Amino acid sequence: MSMGKSILAGDRRALARALTLVESEPRAADEIIAEVYPHTGHGIVVGVTGAPGVGKSTLVDKLAGQFLARGRKVGILAVDPSSPFTGGALLGDRVRMEGRGSEVFMRSLASRGHLGGLARATPRAIQLLQAFGKDLILLETVGAGQSEVDVMGFADTTIVVVVPGLGDDVQAFKAGILEIGDIFVVNKSDRPGADQTMRELRQMLHMGPARTWQPPVLAAQAQQDIGIAEIADAILRHSEVRLSDPEQSARRVQEAERLVRDALADQLVQRVVARSKAEGNWQEVLAAVAERRLDPVRAARALHAEAE
Amino acid sequence: MTATEDREGTRPIRVLIGKPGLDGHDRGAKVVARALRDAGMEVIYTGLHQTPEEIVEAALQEDVDVVGLSILSGAHLTLVPAVVDLLRLQHMDDVKVVVGGIIPEEDAEALRKLGVRAVFGPGTETDEIVRFTRECVKRA
Ligand SMILES: Nc1nc2c(ncn2[C@@H]2O[C@H](COP(=O)(O)OP(=O)(O)OP(=O)(O)O)[C@@H](O)[C@H]2O)c(=O)[nH]1
Ligand SMILES: [Mg+2]
Repeated sequence: MSMGKSILAGDRRALARALTLVESEPRAADEIIAEVYPHTGHGIVVGVTGAPGVGKSTLVDKLAGQFLARGRKVGILAVDPSSPFTGGALLGDRVRMEGRGSEVFMRSLASRGHLGGLARATPRAIQLLQAFGKDLILLETVGAGQSEVDVMGFADTTIVVVVPGLGDDVQAFKAGILEIGDIFVVNKSDRPGADQTMRELRQMLHMGPARTWQPPVLAAQAQQDIGIAEIADAILRHSEVRLSDPEQSARRVQEAERLVRDALADQLVQRVVARSKAEGNWQEVLAAVAERRLDPVRAARALHAEAE
Repeated sequence: MTATEDREGTRPIRVLIGKPGLDGHDRGAKVVARALRDAGMEVIYTGLHQTPEEIVEAALQEDVDVVGLSILSGAHLTLVPAVVDLLRLQHMDDVKVVVGGIIPEEDAEALRKLGVRAVFGPGTETDEIVRFTRECVKRA
């Protein structure tokens, strides 16, 4: 059986191996993706983002339990940063996960130099989990604080997690985090200052433009499993609003455009570089650019023309 | 997502570090995890008090090359065979198992007979663990 078929048939080992391929050998994964793609795109992808240590993994774990109990098939992707120096990564999000056996499929992804709080393989990893049958995918970003806007592009619903006692976190709110959240969670609300943080957040959200979906601000104590059902409800409500939004199909097309553009860029680069390497002038061109005899744009144009 | 990122195949070694059993000391496990990361590996750390079932399920989902078990409780002769058996049951015989902890030599010998690739005592240099991990993945 092909790997794609095995995944569609629910083979966990095949899924795990295919995830490795989309991470490490994308070209080898092309065929698997081609095979499973018609069986993707359903369900809900929930992005969970926020500064380091705010409780994203703990929340993801509790949401997984909550959605399992509601009969959903849950997958988890958790991204942690790779070291820019060694390429290594410590993937620690599993520490917060309760043992749920094989019911929940969780994969830790290293960012591998990709910016924006996610891994480059994220869209394909989501597709593989969906093909496997998962209809609720929780996607935890790198805890960075403000640059993880990428998550918006891949998630149907984005949860921004903050903790009380921010005070100067107004700064973080200014840095764009307000725009990306569909749901705001003030986690660790067992700590002092939660009410104030919720008030401040609500105020700031109200200052923004009126939207069809007004992002709720919810209190939670993820570690104690408090407030989780309300967050799950909000996710489902947001999903309904999203699906009844007339702009939904336009958004799907936008997403498709992004995927096609990415694939196109990949293929073009691959073809042009391969051609130049075959011609034997790749290193020469790089040296010329390094020594400032040639600028990168003209170099690319020449290589491109050569490969036509 | 930009096209400039390299798409060539590079597969870092993936290692799962698990602590089966009841002992609550994970300093050693964390030191090893960090050393492996600093050597360019992707290390999945699962935390304390894992059952053999949980460790093997995590190893399956994470598609790791190596499972490192840190055991200080003295229960290595039950925990390690349990992990090895479960791996075999999942057809994951290709995953290498290494063990760290306070393990008497005769027990270490018994574990190696089960297929454990290496048993590292408390004094083992992390460099040695890194070197061995690289070697045993390469040999596969
Ligand atoms: N007091 C309190 N602590 C919590 C709560 N939720 C999580 N924590 C703790 O916060 C710490 C960090 O939790 P994680 O879930 O690992 O946070 P994270 O955002 O995933 O962290 P990174 O992935 O490292 O960015 C852990 O010690 C949790 O036990 C809560 O509601 N109240
Ligand atoms: Mg986390």
